[in-house]
Amino acid sequence: MVNDVIVSVLLVGGALMSLAAGIGLVRFPDLLSRMHAATKPQVLGLLLFLLALAVEFESWPLVPVLVLCWIFQLLTSPVSAHMVGRAGYRTRHLRRDLLTLDELDDVVARAAEGDPAGPDRTEATRREAGGGTA
Amino acid sequence: MSRQRIPLVTELPLVIWLVLVWGALWQDFSPGNLVFGAIIAYAVVNFFYLPPVELTGRFNVLWVVPFLGRFLYRLVVASAEVFWLAVTRGPSLRSAVVAVQLRSRSDFLVTATGHAISLIPGSLVLEVDRSTSTLYLHCLHIRSDEDAEAIRRDVRATEVWLIRLMGSRTDLDALTAEEARR
Repeated sequence: MVNDVIVSVLLVGGALMSLAAGIGLVRFPDLLSRMHAATKPQVLGLLLFLLALAVEFESWPLVPVLVLCWIFQLLTSPVSAHMVGRAGYRTRHLRRDLLTLDELDDVVARAAEGDPAGPDRTEATRREAGGGTA
Repeated sequence: MSRQRIPLVTELPLVIWLVLVWGALWQDFSPGNLVFGAIIAYAVVNFFYLPPVELTGRFNVLWVVPFLGRFLYRLVVASAEVFWLAVTRGPSLRSAVVAVQLRSRSDFLVTATGHAISLIPGSLVLEVDRSTSTLYLHCLHIRSDEDAEAIRRDVRATEVWLIRLMGSRTDLDALTAEEARR
């Protein structure tokens, strides 16, 4: 009985976190802010679901599998958000009017002016500046 | 193949991790299963070659529980914040790209910090400058320079926790010296 209450609270909490991600995806204005919605609440939501499973099944051998699930989520979710965010920034899929501050832009601009220290980055930036407007 | 042999000691953390994964997936931690898992893990590590991850050679078990507690607490706060911003702000949200200079020069620690801060203070790592250990983060709801400064403090605080947990000896000494000055 007590278990059922705990499990239902955890499941509702996890579902709320998925709802948060969904609302964020719809309401946030650009790619980068949507990535926030897609990562943080999901990790917490999955944790709540896994906890609910552990409480429901009451079996110790299951716990390492659940821990493993969460560890892999922890490891992969920031990496995928980083890869999408990085690609999005480099291909100009962001709305600069929504940024109050952009300290990476200064670095890219300096590199584009022909800083001999970073030939690769300069080359990449020029190419994107020419072809990234589409 | 022209690859350099990795000593077993460097591979050991990876092998142990693979054995634990093996045991977890079989849901069976009996000695026989673990020994068989160790044989397979050793074969996998040797056949599917990856460059070794350079750990810092230090791990303080005492800091694990406080770090996990703080991590979970901040994860809940960050998730609730994203939820709240999604409902109340939505399309009118203003963000920023903030540069944060870290203390450590270790690739491993910079990666760990990047992972942790992607989840806890509500930021997204856009770009990493390895030469200066600078992370460029995308952060939600930054309206002023004070907000950006708060994010920088927050990220550097997370790095301090990670240095205490598993930073190298030199990083830890530098941190102690920095705190003594204050």
